[in-house]
Amino acid sequence: MWRAMVSVVKRDLLLAVRHRSELVNPLLFFLIVVSLFPLSLEPDPRMLATIGGGVIWVAALLAGMLALDAMFRPDFEDGTLEQLVLSPQPVAALALAKVFAHWLVSGLPLMLMAPLLGVLMNLPGEAMLALLATLAVGTPVISLVGAIGVALTVGLRRSGVLLSLLVLPLYIPVLIFGAAAAGDAAAGQSIAGPVLFIGAMLVLALTLAPLAIGAALRISLE
Amino acid sequence: MWVWFHKLGSPRHFYRISGRLLPWLTALAVGLLAVGLAWGLVFSPPDYQQGETVRIMYIHVPAAVMSMVVYAVMAAAGFVYLVWRIKLADLVAAASAPVGAWFTVLALVTGSLWGKPMWGTWWAWDARLTAELILLFLYLGYMALYNAIEDRRSAGRAAAVLALVGVVNLPIIHYSVEWWYTLHQGPTTRGMRIAGTVHPDMRYPLLTMMLAFGVYYAAVLLKRTRCLVLETERDSAWVRELVKTT
Repeated sequence: MWRAMVSVVKRDLLLAVRHRSELVNPLLFFLIVVSLFPLSLEPDPRMLATIGGGVIWVAALLAGMLALDAMFRPDFEDGTLEQLVLSPQPVAALALAKVFAHWLVSGLPLMLMAPLLGVLMNLPGEAMLALLATLAVGTPVISLVGAIGVALTVGLRRSGVLLSLLVLPLYIPVLIFGAAAAGDAAAGQSIAGPVLFIGAMLVLALTLAPLAIGAALRISLE
Repeated sequence: MWVWFHKLGSPRHFYRISGRLLPWLTALAVGLLAVGLAWGLVFSPPDYQQGETVRIMYIHVPAAVMSMVVYAVMAAAGFVYLVWRIKLADLVAAASAPVGAWFTVLALVTGSLWGKPMWGTWWAWDARLTAELILLFLYLGYMALYNAIEDRRSAGRAAAVLALVGVVNLPIIHYSVEWWYTLHQGPTTRGMRIAGTVHPDMRYPLLTMMLAFGVYYAAVLLKRTRCLVLETERDSAWVRELVKTT
């Protein structure tokens, strides 16, 4: 099972590297959405510093959600997904491997890009660290929970808006704690609480989401 | 007992049994609603702090409780459908969703009307309000997914998975007023037993209203499920016969 998971991760990473432009698009979207805020509001540095954490989190959610579709759709279209589900390995484990590979090429870059956007938003140093910490535990949750939504809708022809309807409400708790941590850090408080809370969500998602993804994939492939 | 239970699982017998139950349930719901509304809105005493506005409670609290109960029923029915493939469970879940969504809307609207005189604002981004709003989004997402998938069987199963994922939200709503320090007051109700904080003059009309909402839900659920049964079984012999004779 372990070898099957590793080979799925390797394959997905190789595919991602061969289609580099698809990797870059969500990141560009992330950058553009964040830069819309200073343009539409007053670019007052103090205000940007207070809303910056929340804005970056919202943009990360949206960018992460846009990237979701790439997780299962190409494989669904060329039939790979069907082979994965038919294989003797547990579907949940393979799904977890796919989500992990997807996080490496979508969640991780978002996280690494966040400090740069923090500079644009004039975030103080402590808030930047808090943002990095919450994104580090939060983006895997986004990938895992989002994967359930993608798995449920992958069989539909136009699923973009529907996917956001299904997935965004489930993201709200992560968003609340993630954005709160940046504010807390800027006010000089400890961010252990929110980070641990998101960590708890990550543990919950890691244990239960693969099962739900597996079940959803089976339903979509019927 | 088990034979009866199995019979209930078959659409035809469900249709027959629910047809017998429905008039009673409807009458009970109407009666309880009438008694509860009159008792709560006219005969119960006004609150010493909140005055007459406290009467919103008799709608708000039962609606909020039902919004969660209905979701729990929906998720449980979805689970039964996923595991045992009982068609009727899927219909029960599908019939519950719009009812639950409306209970949620009612809870949010009455809460907002209550919040204006009490907190001085229509809406506050407080934990319980936000969690209830998420519940509404979950209901809407459930219905959207159900309608988006054309094949009825896989639609029911996909929606059931989504409903089960959303169950995570229920404890968050329930305990939100205890976990976070918020504007919304602490729990007044714990299951069917109301903690001694509510005076009997208000407790009993509130309990009546909660019971009335519960029976109302049961009646509407039966009615809606019956319609769905007829719709999905429209090609079966017994439905054709039924249509012919009526």
